[in-house]
Order: sequence, then structure tokens, then C-alpha cells
Amino acid sequence: MSWRAATIAGVRPETPTARTVALQVPGWPGHEAGQHLDLRLTAEDGYTATRSYSIASVPDGEAVEVTVERLKDGEVSTYLTDGASAGDQVEVRGPVGGWFVWRPRQTEPVLLVGGGSGVVPLMSVVRRHRETGSQAPLRLLYSVRDPDAILYRDELAALDKDGVDIGYVFTRQAPEGWPRPPGRLDAPLLIATAFSPDLAPTSYACGPTRFVEDVADLLVIAGHDPRRLRTERFGPSGGNP
Amino acid sequence: MTEPTHLDGNAVAGVLGEVFAVDVTAAIGRCDGCGAVAVMAETRVYVDAPGTVVCCADCDAVLLRVVTAPGRTWLDLRGLSYLQIGTT
Repeated sequence: MSWRAATIAGVRPETPTARTVALQVPGWPGHEAGQHLDLRLTAEDGYTATRSYSIASVPDGEAVEVTVERLKDGEVSTYLTDGASAGDQVEVRGPVGGWFVWRPRQTEPVLLVGGGSGVVPLMSVVRRHRETGSQAPLRLLYSVRDPDAILYRDELAALDKDGVDIGYVFTRQAPEGWPRPPGRLDAPLLIATAFSPDLAPTSYACGPTRFVEDVADLLVIAGHDPRRLRTERFGPSGGNP
Repeated sequence: MTEPTHLDGNAVAGVLGEVFAVDVTAAIGRCDGCGAVAVMAETRVYVDAPGTVVCCADCDAVLLRVVTAPGRTWLDLRGLSYLQIGTT
């Protein structure tokens, strides 16, 4: 696998601090839901910076979308959220990661737990699940700072209305009238949302490292088979929920 | 409470994809230190070291190190007893 030249086809805002960047990647071999790519920027003096971004879109020829949260002092994220515009050239390596993936042939229940921008690869799963008409039961639990920080807000609202099982945890500020006070995802809520371990679900957790480790630990304590957990850690500040 | 800084094995998929013909993150590795056997995606990865360091999630021993420079990659696998790689 090597680097491919890619063109930014367009950008669209998701929240005040996040954008979806659509890439056109000639030769893109296609991807599975949940995979990521590495994106490399090269400055005029030859200095390069490389970061990994989860793919948000379903396979669609040479078109690939990532959603990027602006990180404090983020060399690459700041360019992608503030500077990048259609026609810009970048380099892409991928798709990469064969573990944190959901494939349409999977028939077992699927639990998706995302913290902050950890929802991005899970959105690819939700979209792929729907596109392929999968009958596998699916639930998404999305932990987010406040309502304004929700990525894909309109699309998720439409999916929710259409019967997709989507739950939110607001960690700092909840919408008016929300039944649960703001706070971290805790064991009772996670266990109430997770499928019974007897159904042998596959559970995916993605987000900041501590969030992911807490979710994984709680699911194992609740009787889930650790071999059926798939995790992806974004580090300490991966769009803190 | 300090936030953990590590990532996980998913973070080395790209750089290892340059040298391996298959996806190594879905492979199973055995820690030569403690004997733990785990999917490489579930290891701890530190990217702020010189190069990238992949550690055992059970004992934190170094499993693998990878350093890249223009035109070259160094790969140190001595912390792994083996890698079990899925083939089709």
C-alpha cells in the first residue's frame, strides 16, 4: 500500500468545530465500514505531517469522506477544518485497519458506542447497514458534549424518526426537557442499551482512549465476550465528549 | 487524573501496510514477555515516542517498534513470539 494523490472535492460544516471533507481519490480500492485512512500534507519546504482519520462514508467508487474535529494546535485538523477548500491536493494512504470493521454479511446484533468524533466510523457502519438492507439489529449510543456538538445531526434525526435505534448521552449540557441530567455514560445506561450477551452481539466502541476503555471494561463486567468487542482509541483529546 | 495518551493498534495499520502484504491489525500476536495473546488492533500504541511503539495491553512490554524515514522503514519485532496472520 502506498500514498495516492487525492483532491478535495468539497467541504461541509457539521458543527462549529467539525467539517466533513469529501475526497476524490483516483485508484481508491474501496473500503469497509469502520476503516480509516492516513492523510498526508506536504509543505512547500518538504515538511510533512500525517494523521489518521476515520472514513464516514460508504463505499462509492473514488469518493471518500472523512469528518474532522478541530483539535487545539492540530497541524492537520486545523487545515482540514479551517483552510481546506475544493481543488486542494493532499495525499491519502488506505483504506487501513481490518479489525474495527462491520461487514454486511454479519447477522448478529450490533452495538455502536461513540464518544465525540468517535461516532465517525460508526456513522459509516450505520449508513452501510442501511444501504445494504441488513436485518442485523443495530443500536447507536452517542456520547456528546452538548446538542450543538452532534455530528450528522439532521441525518441522525431522520434515521431516528425512521426507526433506527439511536440514543444520546450529553456530558456537559442536555437539551431542555431531556430526562437524564448531563453526565458521563455510566454502567446502568450502557448495560440497558447493550444487547444481552446471550445474543452474542458484536459491540464497537470508538472515541477518546479513556472513554473506550471504560465502555469496554463495563461491557466485559456485564458478561460480554471480550472477543466480540472491537475498539478504536483516538488518544486523550480525540474530540473529547 | 491524567488522561491516557496511548492509541491502539489501529493507529499502525497505515505504516505497517507499507511493509506487509496483509492487514496486520487483524492478526493475532503473542507477547514474548508475558505470553498474552491478542489481536494487534487491541494493543497499546504510543505515537509520541521517536517512531511508533506498540505495547502489550496486558503487561505494557514493547512488542514492536517502527520508524520511518524517506525511503526506509525500520521494523523491530523482537517483543513478539509470533504473529498469526489470517490467510484466504
